[in-house]
Amino acid sequence: MSSAWLILGASSAMARSFARLAAGDGAHVILAGRDSDDLALQAHDVLLRGAASATAMAFDARNPTSFGPLLAALFALDATPSIAVFSGSMVDQGALEDNPAALAGMIADNFGGPAQLLLMALPGLIEKPGGTIVGVSSVSGDRGRRSNFGYGAPKAGFTAFLSGLRARLSRARVHVLTVKPGFVDTAMTWGLPGLFLVASPDAAAKRMWRAAKKRRNTVYVPGFWWLIMTIIRLVPDFIFKKMKF
Amino acid sequence: MAWKAAEHSAWGRALRSPSRIARPERQSVLHDILASTPAPAFGAARSYGDAALNDGGKLVDMTRLDRLLEFNAETGRVRVEAGVRLSDLLQIFGPQGWMPAVLPGTAFVTVGGAIAADVHGKNHHGRGSFGQYVAAIELLDAHGELLTLSEVENPNLYRATIGGMGQTGVILSAELRLIRCPGGKVMLTKTRLPDLEAFLDAFETSTAAYSVGWIDATARGAKFGRGIFEEGVLAEGPFSAPKSPRKLPLYMGGLLVSPPVVRAFNAVYLRRASPHGRTRKRALQEMLFPLDGIAQWNKLYGRRGFHQFQCVLPQTTCQITLPRILEAVVNSGQASPLSVLKKLGSGRAGYMSFPMSGVTLAVDIRARRGALPLLDRLNHMVAEAGGRVYLAKDSSLTPDLVNTMYPDVDKFRHAVAKADPRGVFCTDLARRLNLRGDMT
Repeated sequence: MSSAWLILGASSAMARSFARLAAGDGAHVILAGRDSDDLALQAHDVLLRGAASATAMAFDARNPTSFGPLLAALFALDATPSIAVFSGSMVDQGALEDNPAALAGMIADNFGGPAQLLLMALPGLIEKPGGTIVGVSSVSGDRGRRSNFGYGAPKAGFTAFLSGLRARLSRARVHVLTVKPGFVDTAMTWGLPGLFLVASPDAAAKRMWRAAKKRRNTVYVPGFWWLIMTIIRLVPDFIFKKMKF
Repeated sequence: MAWKAAEHSAWGRALRSPSRIARPERQSVLHDILASTPAPAFGAARSYGDAALNDGGKLVDMTRLDRLLEFNAETGRVRVEAGVRLSDLLQIFGPQGWMPAVLPGTAFVTVGGAIAADVHGKNHHGRGSFGQYVAAIELLDAHGELLTLSEVENPNLYRATIGGMGQTGVILSAELRLIRCPGGKVMLTKTRLPDLEAFLDAFETSTAAYSVGWIDATARGAKFGRGIFEEGVLAEGPFSAPKSPRKLPLYMGGLLVSPPVVRAFNAVYLRRASPHGRTRKRALQEMLFPLDGIAQWNKLYGRRGFHQFQCVLPQTTCQITLPRILEAVVNSGQASPLSVLKKLGSGRAGYMSFPMSGVTLAVDIRARRGALPLLDRLNHMVAEAGGRVYLAKDSSLTPDLVNTMYPDVDKFRHAVAKADPRGVFCTDLARRLNLRGDMT
C-alpha cells in the first residue's frame, strides 16, 4: 500500500523539503498550515515532483476545531497514514518577559496543539498501522537555558510527549521519531547572530527522512548537536546557572 | 521580515559590499517587503561582478521562492517561481522528456537570474538565448504591483526585463517553453585543435547542437591558441542521479591555480584528447556543467577572488581581434587555467541582452594588481572591434563603453525610468555603468 503524509506547519522551509522527499517517494501529501494561498502553491509543487495527490488544508495549532477535518482527510486516503509535525513558533525570551501572556500561544503552537491532534489520531493510527510519526522538537527542549527557556519548556514537553507516544504505539506497529534540530537555515534563524553548525533545510529534511525509514527513535540535526547537548545536559547546575547562554 | 546584515559578494568574490538582505520563503512575505521597502532581487548570486550587490542598501534573496506551479506535459510549458534552479528543472522534467531550451555553464542559476541576464548556453548558435523561451513573466514593480509581461502584454517592459539585470523590478514567476529531451546522455566528441584558426573553422563546420572550445590560456609561441573542441549531440539513456559535488582542498589556496601547476595541468589535460576526435557517451550534466561537480571552485582563487571577462566579437572582426585579446591575456601571465571559446548566433531577447552573431571568449583573471588595467585594455579592444562585454560577468566596464556596446540602451532606459522612477531597484552594477542614464 502507498503511504500518506499529513504535514503540519507545511509552509516552513524544513517541511517544504520534507514534503518534496515524500513526493519523490510517490506518497499522498496533505499540507496543513495557516497561509492557505502559499500552501496552494506548495501543493502544485509537490504534485509536479511526483506526489500521488496533494491537498492544502487549514491547520491552526491554537484552534482544535481545525484538527478533525485533517485527520478525516488523512484516514480517508487508501494509504498507510503518517504524520509529520513541523509547526511551532518562537517568541524571543526578552519579548516574552515583557509580555508573559505570549507564553500561552507558544505552548499551544509547540506542544498543546500538535499533542492534542496526535492523541485524536491514535484510534485511526492503530486501525491502519505501519506508518510513522515524525515530531520536530528542538535542542532547546533538552535543558532550559536562561536565554530561551520560554521556548525550551514547551519543546521539552513535546519531547516527553513523543517519547511516551512511541511506547504507546510500539505494539501497534506505528513508529515515532523525535527530531531535535539545532540551527537550521530557515526564516526562524535568518539574520540571528552567533549561529554555528547550521544545516540547510534540505539536508535537515533528508536526515529526518532517512532516520524515519530506519526507524530511529531520536535524531539530532545536524548530528553533531548530539555531542553538544550531551555536554550541556551534563553540566552541573551550580555551574550551569552561572553560564551566560 | 528579518533583514540580515552581511558583506555580500557574488561568484567572483572580488567585488563586495555591505547590505541588508531579506530572504522571503512565501510570496506574501515578498509582497510585504516590496510594499514597504522595495529592493533589488538576486537569485543564486552566480553572476561574477556586482550585478547582485547593493552597497549600503537592501537586497532580496529569491532562492527560497522555488516552487513549480504548473506543467503541461503535452506542450512542455512550465510555470515556476523565480527561485527555481535550472538543475531542478532538468532533473524533474528530463525523465519526462522535457528540458530547458537553454542551459548555461552552471545549472545552479535560478530562473529569475537566467532571465535577468538573458543567459546563453553551448547551443546558442542553434537555439538562441534563454529569454527567447520565456513566454510570460510576472513582475513586481516599484509600486508593489504585479504585472504580466509578454510579447503582447507590456512588450517594452518585457524586453527591458529580459537581460535587464533586475532593474525593472522583482521577477516573481515565469512561464517557460521547454524543449524535447531524448534522454539523459550526450554523445560527446572531443578533438584536440592546434590553434585559434582551427577553432574558428571547427565552429563553422560543426553540425552538433552543443559545442564549446576550451583554450589553454597559458600556451605561448607555436602552441598559442591550442585547446580542445567539444561537440555534443543529445542521446537516449537514463538520467544519472545528481552527485553531491566534490570538495576541493581549499587549504592549498592559490597553489592549485598557480602558473606552474596550471601549465602542467593544461598540458596533461590536452594530451588526453585525440587530434582526430573521439566520441563517447557521457551524462548530459558532464558536458553541460563541467564545473558543477566541484563545490565552491570559485574559492580556488583565494580570499581576494577573481574577475571573469567575457566578450563577444562580431564575425567580421574576430579573426583579427580575438588573437590580440587572447595574446594580451596570455602575456599578462594572469594564467586562468582554461578559457572558453564559443560561437554565438544572433538570438537575443532583451534590449540589454549580451549575444550577437560572432565568437565569445570567457577568461578568469585573478584579482590582484594589474588585473583591472588589463581588463580595461581588453574592454577597449572589444569596443573598438564592435563587440560587447557580458554584464553578468563584468566588473570593470565604464558608462561610455556600455553606450557603445549596447545600441538599445536608450530604449532600456526609457522603460526602466517608467517602471522604477525612484530607482529603488538600482544595484552597484547599474550605478557603476550608469545603466539607468540618470546620472551625469
